[in-house]
This record gives sequence, C-alpha cells and structure tokens, in this order.
Amino acid sequence: MRLLPTPRRLLAVYVILYVVILYFPVLLLPVFSFNDSATPKLPLVGFTFRWYESLAGNAAMQGAAWNSLIVGISAAFLSTVLGICAARAITRHRFRGKSPASALIMAPLILPEIIIAISLLVVLLGLGLQLSLVTVILGHLLICLPYSVTVLVSGFEGFDPSMEEASRDLGETSFGTLRRVTLPMLTPSIVSSLLVTFTISLDEFILAFFLSGTEPTLPVYIWGQLRFAAKLPNVLALGSILIAASLVLLTVAEIFRRRAERKMELRP
Amino acid sequence: MACIQLPFDLLLKCPDAVVPITTATPDYRIMPSGTTVQSEELNLHQPASTSPAQRTVRDPISRFVRSETGKGWLTISPPLLYAMLLLIGPIIVIVANSFWSQDYLTIDRTFTLENYKAALTEPIYRDLLMRSLFISVTVAFVTVVLAYPIAWFVSFYGGRYKGLWLFIITVPFWSGYLLRILSWKVILGYKGVLNTGLMHLGVITEPLSSLIYNVNAVIITLAHSWAAFAILPLFVSLEKLDRSLLEVAADLGDGPVRRFLRITLPLTMPGIIAALMIVMIPTVGDYVTPKLVGGKDGVMIANAIQVQFGRASNWPLGAALAVSTMIIVSLVAGTIVLALTGLKRLLK
Repeated sequence: MRLLPTPRRLLAVYVILYVVILYFPVLLLPVFSFNDSATPKLPLVGFTFRWYESLAGNAAMQGAAWNSLIVGISAAFLSTVLGICAARAITRHRFRGKSPASALIMAPLILPEIIIAISLLVVLLGLGLQLSLVTVILGHLLICLPYSVTVLVSGFEGFDPSMEEASRDLGETSFGTLRRVTLPMLTPSIVSSLLVTFTISLDEFILAFFLSGTEPTLPVYIWGQLRFAAKLPNVLALGSILIAASLVLLTVAEIFRRRAERKMELRP
Repeated sequence: MACIQLPFDLLLKCPDAVVPITTATPDYRIMPSGTTVQSEELNLHQPASTSPAQRTVRDPISRFVRSETGKGWLTISPPLLYAMLLLIGPIIVIVANSFWSQDYLTIDRTFTLENYKAALTEPIYRDLLMRSLFISVTVAFVTVVLAYPIAWFVSFYGGRYKGLWLFIITVPFWSGYLLRILSWKVILGYKGVLNTGLMHLGVITEPLSSLIYNVNAVIITLAHSWAAFAILPLFVSLEKLDRSLLEVAADLGDGPVRRFLRITLPLTMPGIIAALMIVMIPTVGDYVTPKLVGGKDGVMIANAIQVQFGRASNWPLGAALAVSTMIIVSLVAGTIVLALTGLKRLLK
C-alpha cells in the first residue's frame, strides 16, 4: 500500500484521535455501568448486571421515564406540526419579512437555555399556571422547533412544487393536495423530525429542571440522584440506557433523512 | 446535504450580524404560479354567482389572504405566534422585571436601576460575569481551532462518505448533555478514572487534585460538549470554497501556508465566525458544567441566576443578571465579528 504524503497522514491521525476523544466520555459510562464496584475507578474489577437489575424495581425512576415519554412524544408531535407550517412558508412562499420571521423561530438554537428557562418560568408562574409536564412540553416545543424546521425545509426542497400544482390543476382541493401529495412526499422528513425532536426532548435538562415542578423527567431524576454518591452506579446504568436509546433513535432518523435525500436525487 | 447543516447554511448568509441568523429566499426556485392557477381553479369550482367582477372588489383582508405575502404570513403564523408568545413575550417580561424590585414576596413595579447597579458593580457578580465571558470565549476559540482540521478533512477527503462522517461526528452532541458532563466528572474526579488509572500504572503515587473543580475542568468539558456543533458551519463554508482557486494559487507558486492564509482562511471566515458565535453565546449561560465539574472556583453566572430564581428568590436581580449577560455577550460577539472581518480584509 502506498503511504499517504506526510501532512495528510498527520491529518488522518488527528481525525482518528479527535473521534476517539469525542466518543470516549460517551462510551465510558456504559463500561462502568457493568463494573462490579460502587465507585467508577480503574482498574475494572468484574462484570455485573446488578446496577441494571436494581433499576427494574425503582418506581420513582419508572415514573420519570413515563414523564419523559409523555413530554417527548408531545413535544415531537407538536414541533413537527408547527415545523411543517414554518418549512412550507420558508420554501414555498416569497414574502416580505420572511427573514426576520424565520430568524425568530430559529433563535432558540443559539440562545443560552437558562435565559429561555427563567423567562418562561416567570411568565408561566405569573399567569398562575402550575408547573407540570405541560409547562415542560411548552418549553421543549420552543427548542425542538428549529430542528424540525431544519429537517423539514430539506424535505420540502426535496420534491418538486409542480407536483402540488398538478394536483390542484386536476381538481384536488387544498386539503386533498396536502393529504394525498404533500404529506406522503414528506413522510421520511416527518419521521426524521419526530425522532430527532423526541431525542432532544429526552435528553434536555435545563428547561425540564426549571419547569417540571414535582414531576421529574429522566434527566431531572438523574440530577436528583447525583446528590447521593451511593446511587452513582445506578445513575450510570440508567444513563447508559438513555445514551443507547438516543443513538438508536438518531440512527433511525438519519436513515429516514437519507431516504428523503434520495427522493431528491430522483427529481426530474 | 445533511439536515443539520442547514441552519448553519442560513447563518452563513449574514455573517456580520451579532446574532447571525437569517434565511434567504431560495432564489433558484421558480415560484409556483400559485396565484393565477389557483384563481382559475377557484373560478371553475365556485358557484356561478361569484363573477370575476365581484372578486376584484373583495375586501382588503381577503385580498391580503389571497396574495403571495398573505399566504406566506398565514402559513408561517402558527410557529411564529408560538415563538412570539413563548420567546419574545417572556424575554420582554424578564427585561421589565429587571427594572423592578422585590420586597420579600411582593414585586414593586417602580422603575429602578438598582439591580443593574448590583449586577455590574458588586464584586461577586462582576467576577462571575467576567469568568463566564472568559470561559465562553476560550471554549469557542479552542473548539473552532480543534474542529477546523476535522471540517477540512471531511470536506476535502470525505468523498462519498461526507454525510456519514458528519453523522458520526455530530452524534455525541445530540445525545445526553447531562450524561456527557457527568462522564467528565467521573473521568476527572479526585478518585476518578484518570487518577486511579494513572496510579494503577504507577505514573503518580497520589491522586492529582488539580484535575477537577476549577476553570480548566469547565473549559475542557464545554469544549468537548460543543466540538461537534462547531464543525458544521466550518464544513459548510469549506464546501463552498472554490477548489480551483487553490489550484491556481499552487500553479502560480504559492506554498501551502500562503494558500491557507490568503485563500482558505479569508474565504471560510464566515464559517469561522458562525462557529465561534454558535459555541460562545450558548456556553456563556451554561449551568450544569460549572455545577458538576466547576467546584467553588468554576462557578459561572448561570449558577448565580438560578440562585436568584430559586433559593434567594430575587427575580428582579436574577433578571438583571440575565439581561446584563446577554447584552455583554452580544457586545463581545460583535467585537469578535468586527475584528475577524477586519482580519479577513487584511489577509486578502
């Protein structure tokens, strides 16, 4: 095999090192979640499932998991619906004020989450609302929306607007066109948007921490457990399950997104 | 193109704004001849009573709704109203709060600058603000410098697998924010993985106490957390770089360093600026990292803000701290943007 020229070889080594360091902390938790020791330290002493087994009977954790599921599904669904509106307007209409309008929708992507969290907290409490899963959903919807819009904009760009026009010309109503042309064409992007936003909601901590009241989501539950050193191995086990779930969801989302992209390549 | 690239694509189009988010109209698109087609179609299906003459005298509201602008606004209105109500509204309320004062549990709504005076002059808040700024600017630059070669590699040598590379690199960013920081606590802790590992190998005889609970630990953890996010805007700007420029420069005798400084660096400056901003602005308000690995010396402004909205329960002061942070970070961001834009002109 011909060796690559030196600078490029150095670059390749750097890339490998970078990826290893990037993944090291992510993969470290699962390693120690199987380690038969009450504190995570080297050398590893033995393999065990007991940290996972003790999760099985933990009602508080299961309650938090249920809360996370409710919040994640609601936020993912609502954010995708609103995302379809925004992405449609951005890709299919030309109007004054589009840039500031879409910038506002995308803004939570770049704002510090603590700013969003405290301002929502003050307003929701000021309106006399009780903190609950609903308030967490409202917050998550705000930060999920930019990601939905992003995924769905590429979905809309992926199919020819003339298909919708043709459908209308052939006598289909606007709703019929939406149901029978637009949504089917968008399906891969919609699935991708649902999965990505669900993952973001599942992992989100700051907004849930401020807005969840007495019903914790999984990250908030984990945060509470961190006060107890003895619970750390259980937290590592739960964290590993969460990381694995996120990885699977994101991979599936990526597969769907690629399918949407392939549709784009089939464009005439 | 990967889906996650797009917001950066949008960001790059307006590199000079302080918070550079914008969307441009996709000018390559031939707009659907929606208006005419639709009115003809309506004509076919509507009862005969609506003659064209009647349609033209329709009231201005429905004329607006039929126009391209009206349809655009109507379509974007649900998400836009949501963002107005739950982002702009609350931020206005926070700004208002910052000019009020609180006496035990009642809010006094007379205008006062006392909170800003406290936020900007009391040594504890001033120190926290300066430290948070220092941390976020350092993290942004470290992240971008380390990420640039990766973006370069993916863009120049990624070939067919560019999408896969971007996916591999960004996945850690999308999963487990809290858990990644916890993992760094496990690595850097006094009895953590690094210390016990080094002791096991015999490199050190007793644990190093300097690994965790200081500013460095916060910077390392944040730089790791945000690494992937910086790569995307850099990648987008490298993709846009016209490769033939580099070839021409090489043919005319420019070496690799000169080519980089005079072509690649200036032309990818928008990407660099976007990457810096997208790391710097959110990290200034990070709460979890200082809490888990920062210790006493690594406390940041977000921790002080949280205390005001929690235990201390002085909302107006917390609001003033939050608003000051945002204004100061925007000023710093603006300065960096101007400096880098100036540098770009110098290099060209």
